[in-house]
Amino acid sequence: MATPERPPRWDEQVQRRLARGEETALGELYDQLAPMVHGLAGRILADPTAAAQLTREIFAHVWEHPEDFDPARGTLRSWLGALTHRRAVERLRARRAAEHGPGEDGRGTEDEIRAVATAARVQYVVDSLPRSLRETIAVTYYDGRTYRETARLLGIGEQAAKQRMRLGLELLATELAEERARQDEAGNGET
Amino acid sequence: MSSTEERHDALRSLLGAWALSACPAGEAAELEQHLSACPECAEEAARLRDAAGWLSLDEPLDQPGPLRQQVLDWCLGRRPAELPVPSWGMPYTAETAKLDALLRDLGPEEWQEVAELPWHGGTERLRPAEVIGRLTAVDGFLALALGLPDPVPAAPGEAFAAAAATGRRVPPQDPAPSAPVPRVPPQGGPYGAITARTARLLADQGALPPQSVRSRWRRQTHDLVRGAALAPQGNTPVDYGCGVLPLRDAFVDRALECYVHGEDVARAVAYPYDPPSPQHLRQMVELVVRMLPRALAGLRAARPEHAGAPGAPAGAGPAGRRRLRLVVDGPASGEWLVPLDGGGPDGVDGPAGPEAGRAGGEPVASMVLDGLELCQLAAAHRDPDRLPVGEHGDRAAVREVLHALPLLSRP
Repeated sequence: MATPERPPRWDEQVQRRLARGEETALGELYDQLAPMVHGLAGRILADPTAAAQLTREIFAHVWEHPEDFDPARGTLRSWLGALTHRRAVERLRARRAAEHGPGEDGRGTEDEIRAVATAARVQYVVDSLPRSLRETIAVTYYDGRTYRETARLLGIGEQAAKQRMRLGLELLATELAEERARQDEAGNGET
Repeated sequence: MSSTEERHDALRSLLGAWALSACPAGEAAELEQHLSACPECAEEAARLRDAAGWLSLDEPLDQPGPLRQQVLDWCLGRRPAELPVPSWGMPYTAETAKLDALLRDLGPEEWQEVAELPWHGGTERLRPAEVIGRLTAVDGFLALALGLPDPVPAAPGEAFAAAAATGRRVPPQDPAPSAPVPRVPPQGGPYGAITARTARLLADQGALPPQSVRSRWRRQTHDLVRGAALAPQGNTPVDYGCGVLPLRDAFVDRALECYVHGEDVARAVAYPYDPPSPQHLRQMVELVVRMLPRALAGLRAARPEHAGAPGAPAGAGPAGRRRLRLVVDGPASGEWLVPLDGGGPDGVDGPAGPEAGRAGGEPVASMVLDGLELCQLAAAHRDPDRLPVGEHGDRAAVREVLHALPLLSRP
């Protein structure tokens, strides 16, 4: 889940090295971002083979077209996250369409795709939270601890533990509202 | 501030914990009572609980270890690298990536576990961050050879030139070591420089959070591989202070060390840990086998009781020199003829082919063991007397080889 923090200039250095054809840059990019790409693909597609395939495709895209990344518009991580999310949802939609055949009512399917996409988006945001918030939420929620136990475990004050939980969830809630707005917009555009 | 406002603020600060169901029952009940009377808190409570409801309890799909190589191969097939990683750098690249994936998943409690590192029959007990520190410190010798910064803080007045004089790690061109080799090499002695460096690095990183220790190590491994790509011949000498290896061998040696200690950590936290890929294991086995004749010479100098049969028979020509057939089983299988009485710098013949019988006649013994076990033994992680080995012929010769292998390990 956690990745070593990198200075922001890392993005641009890696992009330059990818453009020069340095295999080590591709390896470092993979080590840094594959957990996110593969995790996101896996959550949406729920199929190991499809997730591995999409991971391969995403990294091949960056390796072949490093110039597509625009540092002015965000981090390498957020760019790859958006690309993975978009392609995974496309695949899921294609898979569902093939399963249901033409002419069937796709409404239920579309709702399911939205739910999956939203859940994956939330998890992506969790994974991108600052380490202290992410860690606090993870050891509390996934392991079923009270905030007091979490505070003890992490060696922080109880007040700090409570604050981190509240702030972390606040960031998630904001992201969730934005994701829903995006989907409504996309849904309205399609009909 | 009124006491009602204070109460309101105190309860409000609980909302995140409450949404995660992480409040003790009494506090939760008090908060819920407050929510029915305070629309402001109730609104935030609903938002946060909704967000928490999206936290997924399912683990993400496991990222399969071989995926890294598959993805990289796929990419390189579509656009060949202009600056590739040399083949001798590949095991190190793969093993450091594997260890990093393990460390990424460690939670705060797992960083507090104690890993047991068997070595020459003893056991060292280190926390994962200390294991990583040790890898970082010894990898630092490669960093120095490549002109990268030393991860180890300088010691005032430290001189390890003295320790560098006794060659134990068998540079092909060095004379065979003649100093006694005790079963457990003492602190100080030939390994003094290494243990001192590791101790300094551990002291330096002691106050760092484990994830920073991991980041430091990881950054250095990436820089090293990048350095390797820029020196693809791999001839640069790496001076460990107790022996010199060319860079291409040092990388394979460090890959083995990284695997062995990665497995130590994985065992401590009860995670599965894959062995090296067959191709990488093969590179490790080849290095171990290539170093074996020198280790044998060292063993014989130190412990004559291990010298099988009458050593090199006086006056025997090359035809009288004993050899042992070493058969490696498992995914890195192969066969080698190891000279037991000293050979040239590249004295090991193999894999045994049509000319296997050249100069020396029939081997005095054969032994069969698994490639991974061979590597573990060369890392002094196994007891040479308790290893499952198939043997045939001169038992003393087989035992001699088994006891020489751990001498290839340094701290």
